[in-house]
This record gives sequence, structure tokens and C-alpha cells, in this order.
Amino acid sequence: MSSGRDHYVRPVDFKHGHVDMTHGGGGRAMAQLIDELFLREFDNEWLRQGNDQAAFDVSAGRMVMATDSHVVSPLFFPGGDIGCLSVHGTINDVAMSGAMPLYLAAGFVLEEGFPLADLKRIVASMAAASRAAHVPVVTGDTKVVERGKGDGVFITTTGVGIVPAGIHIAGDRAQPGDRILVSGTIGDHGVAIMSLRENLTFETTITSDTAALHGLVAAMIAAAPGIHCLRDPTRGGLATTLNELARQSDCGMVIAEQRIPVQPQVNAACEFLGLDPLYVANEGKLVAICAAADADRLLAAMRAHPLGRNAATIGEVITDPHHFVQMDTSFGGRRIVDWLTGEQLPRIC
Amino acid sequence: MKYVDEFRDGALARKVAAAIAAEARPSRRYNLMEFCGGHTHAISRYGLADLLPPGIRMIHGPGCPVCVLPIGRIDNAIALAASPGLILCTYADTMRVPASKGLSLLKAKARGADIRMVYSSADAVRIAQEHPDREVVFFAIGFETTTPPTAVAILRAQELSLANFSVFCNHVLTPAAIGNILESKEVRELGTLPLDGFIGPAHVSTVIGSQPYEYFAEEYQRPVVIAGFEPLDVMQAILMLVRQLNDGRAEVENEFTRAVTRDGNAKAKALVAEVFELRRSFEWRGLGEVPYSALKVKAAYAAFDAEARYGITYRSVPDNKACECGAILRGVKEPSDCKVFGTVCTPENPIGSCMVSSEGACAAHYTYGRWKDAAIVAAAPA
Repeated sequence: MSSGRDHYVRPVDFKHGHVDMTHGGGGRAMAQLIDELFLREFDNEWLRQGNDQAAFDVSAGRMVMATDSHVVSPLFFPGGDIGCLSVHGTINDVAMSGAMPLYLAAGFVLEEGFPLADLKRIVASMAAASRAAHVPVVTGDTKVVERGKGDGVFITTTGVGIVPAGIHIAGDRAQPGDRILVSGTIGDHGVAIMSLRENLTFETTITSDTAALHGLVAAMIAAAPGIHCLRDPTRGGLATTLNELARQSDCGMVIAEQRIPVQPQVNAACEFLGLDPLYVANEGKLVAICAAADADRLLAAMRAHPLGRNAATIGEVITDPHHFVQMDTSFGGRRIVDWLTGEQLPRIC
Repeated sequence: MKYVDEFRDGALARKVAAAIAAEARPSRRYNLMEFCGGHTHAISRYGLADLLPPGIRMIHGPGCPVCVLPIGRIDNAIALAASPGLILCTYADTMRVPASKGLSLLKAKARGADIRMVYSSADAVRIAQEHPDREVVFFAIGFETTTPPTAVAILRAQELSLANFSVFCNHVLTPAAIGNILESKEVRELGTLPLDGFIGPAHVSTVIGSQPYEYFAEEYQRPVVIAGFEPLDVMQAILMLVRQLNDGRAEVENEFTRAVTRDGNAKAKALVAEVFELRRSFEWRGLGEVPYSALKVKAAYAAFDAEARYGITYRSVPDNKACECGAILRGVKEPSDCKVFGTVCTPENPIGSCMVSSEGACAAHYTYGRWKDAAIVAAAPA
């Protein structure tokens, strides 16, 4: 005798439940978690097909692909969480080539015992970020590791995008005379994370700047299609990004400290933590390098976009076989802005 | 930022720079030692040397707590950290100081030692409270600035009857180091280290006051100007030293009046006197054994003294032969005089301690100033 009850499956307990080894075991529990969480939140035509891969048509042109693993601690921080961060991070890596990001893939490594409520919150945040950015998560994977072998959740996302015809943006294209622009205040993400860290908890109104930058990039390309370089200054901050670009482009740079936008609260937090905002991570900012003739137009386009309101021109590219990034200090002297030594703080993204 | 940006004002800096340029006599040189690593850092970070006339030479002193810690003491800490179940708490900079056998606390941590980076001695006490089943040792280093917090940690541990907490004390004393430099061969006999005056410590002086430096001004006829760690403080102190030297005066002056008094912080000094006593001798990197230059935990607090508790014995270990940290810490050489500077010895792979802390002379020069050593093909202003 059968009744409707035979087909009843008790739903995943997202209120009090925890991740256990069966959620990654390939069996019914895993299928149920995928159905009730990932499919439901990310819902789109590719995921609905239930294949191990997503198939999609692409137009002709240059494709770009980028991947980024996220291990941020704590998982939830002022202004965001590991979920939206993992969407923004990869979208930005794709967008820094000038490409329009199209699709994302997401891999989750979950630790046994991780609260399902937290997982749901993270996946919902990812889904919201992906919807807002119009870049769907079209395929994914979930693994579970034993308690103590992970730290809650690690998320790896991979993205693909297509570069519009005629756009050539790369880290080796900066030339002497070019102008260096930054899209807004630096150090916000790093300070927001640090404010919650176990042994340096402090109160701040700073929130992470985590954001998807492809809309800003599209507006910038429309205004100045000849942009030479774009890069998002994440780990290692602005200083590291400028040093990377100087090395890649075989040039030097001179920037002016007083032109670099920094929120006063970020400055204050860095002051008492003994950090330099130039090295603190960002998750919603970019550095652009363009010909001097394009600089004003590009800056105006950036400032007209909500994510570039505080954009500024901070310096210029020079000839220097040593690839030094020099900075005129607000105080009136000049020094170099070097590569970061060691790490300022681990697991910032 | 209120109360900080005011001391980094570029327009004011140009005014002080103009005054220094106007008052410094072109006929003479002014060899000024900034004792503290904090000053060394500020001078490099703000590009202060660019604002000074050529006759003024800044000599970096030994006041960097991480730099003066000898290899043997780091070896002791690493050996402690290797004890099963023991948690070693340390200030961050100490983690990367090279020790014997290619080790450092950072490398010992990677090999499994439980070494925790703390921002305050209070964090170490908290960790001891949270782990009553584990031995917790605080690796205490630093000059008079960090000593009172260590005293507080010991008193707090006693109050809490923490049986698992102790301090490996390596606190050192500023006046002893200044005296050692002024008594050195290079200054007194050889004349290879011309030393006309001192910029006195900022934070150290908030604790000990300006009075301890009066002896150096009187006995050695060297002016001392105590200065804050902001770049304008340093500029102002240089101007005050130039004036003293021009007038033939050798006095203790206080530029850092917003924080330093003649007598210092009585409460902090009392705490230190309660818990610590002078060591007969202590080895400094660069300066060697310096009598009565460091503190140890008093017998009354032996329960919290890691040296007594674990029977730590000190063994002196010579620095790497190629390393010039010793001479650099005495002000006899500059980072660029060292053969391994910037080649074998870099902040990523430090050979000597001066390349480790951001307050170290080598690290400061490498991080902020080494472009001046290289010929820049073109340097356009921003």
C-alpha cells in the first residue's frame, strides 16, 4: 500500500542542522543539499539541467578565464561575507581584462560540523551578488572534509567572459608618460576584516568595499577604449599592484601621497595597528593606467559611476629599469613604495 | 586625522626645513644620532633626508628592540617553544629574527611549535587563562616602553593565581646603550664615529622622563633633544640640536612636551621597580655584553620567571660573518656599506636583525630609500 507519505523527504534542517560527511558523499544527502540549497538559491537554466557541466554558446572574440579561492576569516564581516566576496572577486579578475563576465563556476569545501544556517546565509549572499551582477553560477561542486581539516567553508569560483573587439588591456602595457588612476578610497576591506579579528577586535564604522566592478569597467571602456592596464588591488593593496604593473611593463612610477584617497577612519585604524593603508586589501577598487591624453576623460567617466565616485589621478609612469614605485610624501620628501614583505595579515580574502 | 596629521603637515615641514637650512652653518657638519628605531622609521618613511641641508647627517642608533636582541636569546625562545604543550606568545616583529641553524620563531611555528603573535602582554595572560592545562610563556622584549606592561602582566597573573604563566624577560635599558655608544672606541679614541648630538627617544621618555639624559649632556657634552615620532617632531628636534650646537650648548631639551615630563611616569616606574631588578650584564647584538643594561624578574616573582622555571641558560652565538648589523647598530656603518645588503640580505630573507623590524636601519633603508643607491634613468615628478 502506498500513500503520499512514502514520497515525503524530510527537508534539510537549515535552522539547527550541521554539515556532516554525507553532504559530500555523493549520496542522497548530498543530492538533497544541492537541490534545497544550491539549486534553489542560484536557480538558472544551466543548473536546472542537472549535468556535471554547463554548456553555453559563445560569440566570436577573445575569451578570458579567471579563478580565485576564498578563505577569508571571519566568514561574515562588516559590508559582506565570503559568499558575495567570492562572486565579486572572480568577476573583478575577469573584468580587469576589459571583458564582460558571463558565467561563474563555484566549488565549495565544507568542514564537517559547519552550521547549515551559516551555509545557507553564505549561499544566499552569493546568489544575490550573482543576480545583481547578471553573472549566473552555472556549475559547481561540493566537498566535505573532516572536522578540523578546514575552517568552516572555503569557496573557489571560476569565471569566463568575453573581451569586446578592439580592447587590449594588460599588465605589460604601461608606458612612460601614462597616468595612474585609482577608483576610490583604499584599505576599506582590510580594515573591516581586521576590526573583527580575534586578537585585535576594535570598533569601527568602516565596511568592506566588496563590489563587482564590471559595470564600472564598461563605463570606463566606453569613455576611453585605449586604457592600457587595469588591476584590482586586493591582497597586498595598492602598493603591491603598482609594483606588479611596474615590473610587468618594465617601467617605474611616481605617485603623490596626498592624491591617494583614504578614509580618515581607515587611516586611524592603520595608525594604531602599525599598518600602511597602501598595503591593505581592497575588494571593490581598481587601478587604471592610460595615456595622458585619455586621463581626464577616464577620470570623469569613473567619477560618474557609483563605484568610482572618489576616483583620483595619483601619479604617472616613468622610465626606470629598476622598476621602483616612488612616492612624493605629503610631508615633502620622496621614498619608494616597496613590495610587501611577508604578509600584513593572513586570510583577508 | 586629529592629533596626528598636524604633525605631518607638508607646509609646516617646509618652514622648519627653511629654518634649519638658514641656521645650519655651511662650514661645519652636524652628526646627529637618532637613538630610536621609531625615529629611523619616520625619517625614511617621510623622506625626511630630502628636506635637510647636506651638512646634516643622521646616524641610526641601536634603539630597535628587535634589532638588539642577540641570536642566543632567540635560540632560547625557540627551545622553549619546542617544549611539548607549551604556548609561546610574542610580539610580531620578533617572529622573523634569524636564529641559529637557519631557524626563526616563524620557521619553528611552521614546524609545529605553538607560537602566538600578540599585540599586548595582556593577550598572553588571557591565553594562559583560556588554557589552564598548558604552559604559557610571554617572550618579553623591548625598551622601557614595553617593560611596564610586562610588569602588569606578572602582577595580574599573580592576582589570578595563574600557575601556568611566566615571562621570558629580555627587557633592556636605553641609558645604558647610550652610555655604551659614548664610551665606545669609535667615539672616544678612533674618532671614526663623529657624534655631535642625540635625538632622544619618544615613547621611552614618556616612562623614564627626560632626567636620565642629563648625565650624557653634562658628562659627555652632547646635546639631547627628546622628540616625538612624527616627522615634524623630528624636524623640530633637528632644528633645536643645530641651535644648541651653534651656541655651544649641551643641554637636554624636550620637543615632545605633549607627552614627556622631566620625571616621567611615576606609576609605570613603580610597577617596573616592583617586579624587575637590574641584571649584572646582558648581551646586545652589536654592542656586546653591556653591564647593568637589562632587567630580570625579581626573586619574589620567580614563579613567573621563565628563566628560573625552565632553567634557561644563555649561550652567546656570533652573528653571521658577512653581516654588519653590529657596526650599523653602533652607528659606525650604514646599511649600504654592508656587502650583503639588498642582495643576500633582504626583508624576505634577513641575515641580520636590522633587516627584520620596520624600525631596523637596514629594513627602513631597503623599504623606503634604496632607490637613491641606484641610478634612476629619469625621475619625473608626479
